[in-house]
Amino acid sequence: MAKTKIDTDHKLNVRMFITGAALVALYAIIVSVMLSLGVSTVLVIVIAAALIFSQYYFSDKIAMFSMQAHEVTPQQEPRLHEIVDRLCLLADMKKPRVGISELDMPNAFATGRSPNHAVICATRGLMQRLNDEELEAVLAHELSHVAHRDVAIMTIASGVGMLAGLVSRIAMFGAMFGGRGGGRGRGDQNIVLLEMVTMLVSIVIYVIAYLLTMALSRYRELAADRSGAILIGKPSVLAAALVHITGDIGKIPRTDLRKSEGMNAFFFAPALAGGTAATLFSSHPSLEKRLDQLNKLEKELNG
Amino acid sequence: MGLRDALFGRTKQVAPNLDNLFALPTAALTLESELDLVSSGQAGLCFKGGSGESTITTDDDIMQLLNFDETTNKVTLTTDDLGFEWLVVTDPDFEALVTRVHAANTSMVEHGLGPRLLCAVFGFVPKTPPGEGSVRMVYLLKQGTFYPFAPTGSSQRNNELELRVKSFLGTDLPIEKDLSRWMALWNLPVK
Repeated sequence: MAKTKIDTDHKLNVRMFITGAALVALYAIIVSVMLSLGVSTVLVIVIAAALIFSQYYFSDKIAMFSMQAHEVTPQQEPRLHEIVDRLCLLADMKKPRVGISELDMPNAFATGRSPNHAVICATRGLMQRLNDEELEAVLAHELSHVAHRDVAIMTIASGVGMLAGLVSRIAMFGAMFGGRGGGRGRGDQNIVLLEMVTMLVSIVIYVIAYLLTMALSRYRELAADRSGAILIGKPSVLAAALVHITGDIGKIPRTDLRKSEGMNAFFFAPALAGGTAATLFSSHPSLEKRLDQLNKLEKELNG
Repeated sequence: MGLRDALFGRTKQVAPNLDNLFALPTAALTLESELDLVSSGQAGLCFKGGSGESTITTDDDIMQLLNFDETTNKVTLTTDDLGFEWLVVTDPDFEALVTRVHAANTSMVEHGLGPRLLCAVFGFVPKTPPGEGSVRMVYLLKQGTFYPFAPTGSSQRNNELELRVKSFLGTDLPIEKDLSRWMALWNLPVK
């Protein structure tokens, strides 16, 4: 990969290293516990590895599919392509593929296993809500994700969570059918006990891995904000765009009441009422934190 | 609707909640004093043109059902591009306008057309044009809540103004708390 002009963020590197090391340690704990139990580790590892690898390898396709996005040509979306072209020139990066999601929710994402396989994608709602300058700022943030190779590290991080979940499930299964017919000797009971402990341990591991992943995710968002803002040289524009899409304004839809497919809005009572559960562990830092950082950058760059 | 109904896939049709409409005249005073917005003199009632479920099928039937005074000619019935019917009422006196819309709603509900009602819309325009643009107050009949809709073009809306309306009217009206329900009504026939 050609060296890009988006500065590598040293704090991000350190953070990535620490998270990575912690995750490797967790891997080791899981594997040793399983080995001590004599569980068919090979099978477990093979399945988990296959899942993680496909998640990594097809990250672009999975993300595009779940966001109902499709790739677009410069003829179809000249505005979007123009902005991405300009930013890639500025950052000296290979131009990623460009996609559009038809969702009204204002959002953008970048994915793909390497900068060579990257896709950058904006939703229709984002393009309608933001002016060209703000859209450029958001896309610069997403390009920074590509340059930082965030997909790879996040895949590894979330992979451990999956593995731990898998182990806890297998352990639970083992605990339930631990008897395995025959006489229930003292040894069998010990195995059951041990398996239950494994289950608890892997649940704890899962939670820790999850928290680590989220912490890393929040940090890489801040890092992408920073690099994106520096790339376009206007942190305040990115700040304005964030306010536009993350605050209350981002929630107000553009879809027509008469066209809203959701029957909830129309003839019938909502199927499941009640407020949405607040997300306790968020993958994104708070808007306040992001704006704070951008304000500081603005002063540094233009003060 | 409870979990049991959700499990068995049963949906109950909700009766429209009409009482909250009478909170509007107070809210109109707040809109005038705080945001310099006054009633446009128009209100609309949007409902789906149905088929089968009732014997009332033609526009004339609906007009008759609503029993409006034809001579004043203040009521029109139009169909929009999305196939919804709009009963547009014009009355410079805002309280009278609210009463008329309420009456129209009530009589539609009495004739079993309640489930077809979608929303009621009241137009507000700047007292001294151009001002900050006009706002429609949309009343979701099923939820019994209001929300502002301030279109600035064929598919653009002034979210800042809408949120300011919300902050001023929060105490006067039951404003829809779930902002994702603040659906747009593009090209609506109510001023």
